[in-house]
Order: sequence, then structure tokens, then C-alpha cells
Amino acid sequence: MMTPTELYALAPFIWLSVGVIVLMLQIAFSRSLNGACWVTNLTLLVALYSMVGHDPAGIQVTPLMRIDALGLMFCAVIICGSVVTSLLARDYLKQRPAENEEFFLLLLLATLGACVLVCATHVASLLLGLELLGVALYGLIAYPEKGERSLEAAIKYLVLSGAASATLLFGFALLYAATGTMDFAILADKLDTIQVNSNPIIVLTAAAFILSGLAFKLSVAPFHMWTPDVYEGAPAPITGFLATVSKGAVFVVLLRWFIDGQLYEFRGIILGLSAVAIASMLVGNLLALRQDNIKRILAYSSIAQFGYLLVVLIACGTLTESIPLAREAASYYLLAYIITTLGATGLLTLLSSESARERDHIGDIVGLFWRRPLLSLGFTVAMLSLAGIPLTAGFIGKFYIFKIGADAELWALMSAVIVGSGLGIFYYLRLVFNMTKNPRQVHALPQQTSLEGRSVLLLLTLLILALGVYPQPLMDYLSAIL
Amino acid sequence: MELANLIVIFLFGGLLAWLAEMMMENSARWVSLLTIALCSAYLWRLVGHIPAELFHINPVANQAGTWLMHHQMNWIPRFGVSFELAMDGLSLLLIVLTLFLGVVAVVSSWAEVDHHRGFFQANLLWTLAGVIGVFLALDLFLFFLFWEVMLVPMYLLIAIWGHEGKAHAAMKFFIFTQVSGLLMLLAIIVLVVLSAETLGRYSFSYFDLLQNDLSGGVATMVMLGFFVAFTVKLPGVPFHTWLPDAHTQAPTAGSVLLAGILLKTGAYGLLRFTVPLFPEAALQFAPIAMGLGAAGVVYGAVLAFGQSDFKRLVAYSSVSHMGFVLLGIFAWNHLAIQGAVMQMVAHGLSTAALFMIAGALQQRLHTRDLGAMGGLWHNMPRMGALALFFIVASLGLPGMGNFVAEFLILVGLFQSMPWMAVVAALGLITGAIYSLRLMQEAFQGKPDAHRTLPDFGPLEMTVMIAMVIGLLWLGLYPQPVLDLAQPVINSLTAEVQL
Repeated sequence: MMTPTELYALAPFIWLSVGVIVLMLQIAFSRSLNGACWVTNLTLLVALYSMVGHDPAGIQVTPLMRIDALGLMFCAVIICGSVVTSLLARDYLKQRPAENEEFFLLLLLATLGACVLVCATHVASLLLGLELLGVALYGLIAYPEKGERSLEAAIKYLVLSGAASATLLFGFALLYAATGTMDFAILADKLDTIQVNSNPIIVLTAAAFILSGLAFKLSVAPFHMWTPDVYEGAPAPITGFLATVSKGAVFVVLLRWFIDGQLYEFRGIILGLSAVAIASMLVGNLLALRQDNIKRILAYSSIAQFGYLLVVLIACGTLTESIPLAREAASYYLLAYIITTLGATGLLTLLSSESARERDHIGDIVGLFWRRPLLSLGFTVAMLSLAGIPLTAGFIGKFYIFKIGADAELWALMSAVIVGSGLGIFYYLRLVFNMTKNPRQVHALPQQTSLEGRSVLLLLTLLILALGVYPQPLMDYLSAIL
Repeated sequence: MELANLIVIFLFGGLLAWLAEMMMENSARWVSLLTIALCSAYLWRLVGHIPAELFHINPVANQAGTWLMHHQMNWIPRFGVSFELAMDGLSLLLIVLTLFLGVVAVVSSWAEVDHHRGFFQANLLWTLAGVIGVFLALDLFLFFLFWEVMLVPMYLLIAIWGHEGKAHAAMKFFIFTQVSGLLMLLAIIVLVVLSAETLGRYSFSYFDLLQNDLSGGVATMVMLGFFVAFTVKLPGVPFHTWLPDAHTQAPTAGSVLLAGILLKTGAYGLLRFTVPLFPEAALQFAPIAMGLGAAGVVYGAVLAFGQSDFKRLVAYSSVSHMGFVLLGIFAWNHLAIQGAVMQMVAHGLSTAALFMIAGALQQRLHTRDLGAMGGLWHNMPRMGALALFFIVASLGLPGMGNFVAEFLILVGLFQSMPWMAVVAALGLITGAIYSLRLMQEAFQGKPDAHRTLPDFGPLEMTVMIAMVIGLLWLGLYPQPVLDLAQPVINSLTAEVQL
């Protein structure tokens, strides 16, 4: 029996679901892009508002979900990410007239899936959230563009993601066979006895399957092959959504499973994760060097970024005391990454909203600095943040990685971070350099995009700087709630 | 808060310069000059308020009152990071140099920069802000922040207004400094984590970290993290390869800033952080560091001799001259450190002037190739005479600041490592060879009769004469500069004995 408190805790999810139904009915009665966009944003804002006043200590609602501070914070971040995406997508879709209203329906469903994911404490809710998110994304990737590239991307994502989900499912089945539980917290106790009593080989196999499945969703090497193609093929706003909301939610649930289930106790898992992390940093950064498509560059860059982030999980294995810091570091890093990537892909969306073509080639931004100083400055800040230059949020994230790496004495990983960052500078700065180049022929001034889109980008830029210049409030907040 | 204002003035000045150019053509450079003037006046006022006796007290590391100025406020207490700025004689000296060379840079960009002038001046001023921050920051987190942030405007200066190979040069410059900077960041964090064990809390403050003497293998590794970052910037062999490219491709103002002050941040870091924080490790490492310094002196000179590009030649001569600084710092006695400080100032002036001449030549001839020059004295007698002055200054003719500096370094070095001094002294001879070759190929020889070139104008002459006076003053009456740095050196050598 569900108590009113528990029901109240579920309010954001309920509101999102209500919004989905309202939007579906609205589309059935009258199609309007603006209408769909506003219903979506209203739903998101109501859901956001319904999170105010929840107990930060957390409450377990059914065995499936735990509505705690970590979950609520990332639900809020996901919802804000969806607001940004929907605002930017409206201009983008206007350039591509078709039956575009269902785009927002899928967006709301994906948001709901991501929110379920970050609150999941049970295998069932994890899979539910993951599939809700994934299935909505298949549609979104192929949605507005009828081109070959986006169809290819969607099919690629569908097939590979399906395979990854199957792997994940098999891993959880094995784990269930070994421990008899699907709840993360109970898993920890069961694993403890297994580690003492018997050979943990079945647990290691299960963990390998599960981690491969999640690694696919996070696109860390060697499960990264799909990323550049899907990023490139997807419409620009969805590239941003995929890179931030989808990956962020998956990492949060990985963090929960990994730490609540105390999987860091297993030496083999830590070793495997270390190899994956180092491979991601090197592969991601090396392959980005020769790309000419900005979306592909961002795709490879995200592979590397998640490589850095895995250090946080690995540190838990070598130094158990660093777990609170690990949660804090992961949250800060993810927040910085999400804001920065939304800003970077936001610029691409804005540019692509000015033409019927995706403007994501490096040649499309040549000379942008002199035509659109403010937008370009925002993009420059985002690039510097991804590169980890001080005064940006990305630097504080990197600082956390170094701090936790130094605490846990992970010297090999730290060297890889340094080498990776050095490589990264090259392609981030290459984009900045191209923006500052003098264009050979001056293009006709492109039409202005809507005020919302530009102010959203400006806001994101200011956030990147604010989190980099004055990080103390967020640090205090994170260390207090986690 | 007064010290922070020095930086804030430049940040706002840069923004203002950018906006001003949008409103009115050619106004940005005046805004730049005014900003530097304002900052200088402000510094003058600040220094005027400091009690005179403080200039003779040795600044003790953990007694803020013994420093000329000190300011601290909380910034990120979660990790013990504070906004801590402090000034002693050494930082004051380098800030004065920075302000002076800032004017030189603005003047040398006066006619050269012909597009996006506002953003150019903004980047120039922001670079100055970063450099002043580096010279003032005593919290290692804050120091690292300025250290990295000053790269971005400098990168843009090279990448946007540079010459033919600018993309490559700017990228190389950024990657070298950034990667070595990350090594330093890791070293800083390890240092903080280790000292937290004895201190009981995290602190990035220089004063707190000084009290914790690390030793053993960890100390060496951490010290190397700092050493590499600073030696890349200095630059010391074998980390110097970014320098010739960056200097050659940068616009004149960029070269002036790079050679004049950015290289000095490396020397400053070695003097302020590397040796005092890790005395034991630095002692063991000193022979290697000095070896690198001596190698730099000779290798830089040999390479300089082989160049046919005016700017490249001056760039390699910087490698040679900064080798002396590395030698002076790691010899670690009064005379040698005095010499190193002197070299920082004198080299800043003489090289900035040479780069300005190189820039003026490129603007008039559209080439930096020495083969295409010759007999220029005939065309531009004023520039020729000034070039001769700065070239003999940089080769170390007595009477100019560079001589005093190199002499002090050699005398100090001879006390600790005679053989190093012998090798380094070779640099004086080779210095004369490449410098005179530069003079002969560019300004002497048969003049091209068909060439009419405008000589230096009044504005350029003013800054040039100012630099001439500066170098002569340093050479003939160096005592005020030595007195200003003396208390700092006293306390450094008293704390750390190598």
C-alpha cells in the first residue's frame, strides 16, 4: 500500500506522465508546433516545481525507486536539459516543416525514462528507465531528417543498443542467480558473503556483462563505435540530448549500482574499469584529432570525458574512504559536462536552425567570431571548459578528478588524463581557431534565430563561468546532500 | 583588495577597449595606453603608502606583515583554497617590468595590427592581467589559475594576428604549456594532500605549504612536476622547441610580451616555488638543472648563429640568455640569484626592443629573412643605431644591464660550480658572434639604392629611448634594483640552503 508521502515523492514522474497524455491528446485534436512546445515546457516546469520541498534524506518508494537528493538533483538537471532541448528544437523544427509535434512527445517520454533511471535502486526500474529512454531516442534520432544519415544512425543505435540491453539483462540474470536479489542495497550484503565463501567468478562474469552493457550506453572504449555516427546522423538538438541527458542518467545509475552494491570490492572489476578508462581517454582523444565534423569531434570528446569520469569509480576501489568524495566529484563533473555540452551542441542547433541543412562541418563556423561575437564567445567558453581551462566549470571537474586520483594514488590513470587532456587541447582549440579565421568570402548575414534560443545559450555560458569562478556553493550543497 | 584591483583594472580595460573600437575606429589602443597608465598610477599610489622600512625587512614566509602587501580572503574553503595575493620586492620589480613592456607592446601594435583592433587590445590587456596575477598569487590554486588563464589571450594573439605559420605555432605553444601545467596541477594537489597529513586540513597557501618539508622520492617527483612546468615556460633545453615557432609567428606585440614577461613567469616560478618548497629535492637536482641551463646557454647560441630569420635568431638568443637564469637560480647564492633577477629585467628590455625592431622591419620589408636585408642603416639610421645599441646590450657589453646580470651569475656560479661557470662563459663569446652577425647582415653591407623606407617615428622613438635609458640605468647604477630584490633574496637563501 502506498502512503501519501510516497505518492507525493513520485509527483515529478506523475506530472511527466500526465503531460505525455495531455500532449498526445492535444496533437490528436490540433497540430501546432508552438502549442506542442509550450505544453512540453509547461509539463517540464510543473514537474520541476513538484520536486520542491522533498525530503533530501530520501525516501524509498516501493523497492524500485529511491527519491533522494542525488536522484532529485539529477531529475532537475535532466528536466532543465529537456527544457533547453525543446526550446532550441522549436526553431530547428520550424526550418524543417513536417509533422513535427510528436517530436516533443518522444522528448517527454525520454525525459521520463531518464528520470526513472536516476532514481532506480532495483534492476527492474533500471531496465524500465533505460528502455523508455532508449526507445524514445530511436524515434528522436531519425525524426526530423529524412536523410540517409539519420536513418543509418537510428538503425545503428537501435541494433547496437538492443544488443547492449540484452547483454545487460543477461548480466543481471547471472547476478540474480548468484545472489538471489535484484535490489542494489541488498546486493552489497549478498556479495560480501559470496566473496568470503566461494569463488566470485560468476559475479565477475555478471559484472563484466552488466558493465559492458552500461559502457555501451556511456560509449566508453571499446564500446564506442556507434557514437560518432549516431551523433552525426541525429538532428542537432537530439545530439545534445543524447550526449547529456541520456549519458548523464546512465552514469548516475551506474554510480548507484556500483557504490550501493559495493562492487568496488572486487579487484577484477577495478582492473577492468581502469583499462576501459585509459582506453577511452586515449582512443577518444586520438580519433578526434582528424575529424572535420563538429558533431563527430564532440562525440569523440565525450568518449574521452567519460574516460576521465570513470576514474571516480576506480578510486572507490583503492580507497574506500573516498566514496563520499567520489559521489561529489562525479556529480560536479557530470553537471559541468552536461552544461558545457548543452552549450556546445546548442550553438550547432542554432546554426542549423538558420538553414534546412545541418551546419555541423568545421567550415560552417569559419569566421563566426566576427559575425556573431557573443554566440562564438559562448562556444569558445564551452570548448575551454571541455578542455579543462581554469575559470570554467570543466576545470573544477578536472580538479576533482585530479584530487581523487591523487588521494587514491592512481598514477597510471593520472598520466593518461594528462596525456589525454594534452591531445584534447588540439581539437578544442582547432574549433576556436576556425571561428577566428577570416572567412574567404563573406556570407550573407544569416537570419536571426529566436530570442529564447540565444538567451538559453547565454545562460548556459554564464553558468559555465559561474561554476568555474565560484564553485563553493555547489560544492557545499553536494557535500551536504551526498 | 588593493592588489586585486591591479588585475581588475586590466580585465575591465580589455573589455572597454573591445567596446570602444566598436564605437569609434582606432580608439582601442588609446584605451589600452590609458588602462596601463591608470594601473601604473594606482601601483604608484599603493607603493607610496607602504612604510619605507618595509623595503628593508626580509619578508618572512609565514609572517604576512613582513611583506610589502598581503591580502587574503576565502574562496573555496571546501578545499582550503583562498584568494591570496601578496607582493614583495621581487613581484614589485616584475610588475613594473610588465607595465613598462605593456606600453611597448601597445606601441609596437600601433600601426601593425590592421584588423579587429579592439579585440587585439583586449587580449593584450588580458594577457597582462594574467601575468600580474601570476606575479602576485601566493595560493597555489590561484597561481595555477592565472598561469593557465594567461595562455588563452596569448593563444588568440598568435592565432588571429600572427604570421604565415600561426595556427601551428599557437597550438604548439598552448599544448606545451598546458600539458606541463597539468603536471604542475597534479604536483600541487599531491603536495596539498601530503601536507594535509601534518597540517590537519587542506591548504593551498604558499605559507602553509612552506612549513611542510617533503623529502624522499615523493618530494623529487612533486618537485619535478613544478620544475617541468616552469622550465617549459622559461624555456630550458630540452623543452624549448615551442619558443622559436611562437616568437617568430606572433605579431610584434605578442613577441614582446612573450619574450619580455611570459618567459619571466617561468623563472619567477622556479625562484618562488620550486626551490623553496622542495629544498632537499632541489639540492639533489641542482647539478642536473644547472647542466640543462649550461646546455641551454651554449645550444641556444649555436642555433641562433644558424638562423636566417631575424625573429628566430632573437628567439634562440632568448633560449641562451634564459639558460643563464636557470644557472643563476640553481646556483642558489646571493650573487647568482641577484644576477638571475637582473637578467630577467635586462633581458626583458633588450629582447623586447629587438623584437620591436624585427616587427618594424617586417612591416616595412614584408620579410624577416636576413638575406633580403643589408645596408638598412643607410635607409633608416635611427633604427640602425638603436639596433646596434640593443644588440651590443644583449651580447653583454659592460655598461648595460645584461652585462651586470651575466657577470653576477657567473661570479655566483663560480663559487658553487666552477666548471659550470666555465661552460656558461662560452655563451658570452658565442653571444657576441651571433649578435654581431645579426647586426652585419641586417644593417650593414651594401644598401639597396632603390629602397626608401620610413625610419622610426616619434612614438616608436619614445619607447625605444625609454628602453635605452632603462638598460643604461641597469648597467651603470643597478643598485636600486638590487636593493629592491635584496630582502627577498636574503630570506629565500636564509630559509633554503642548497
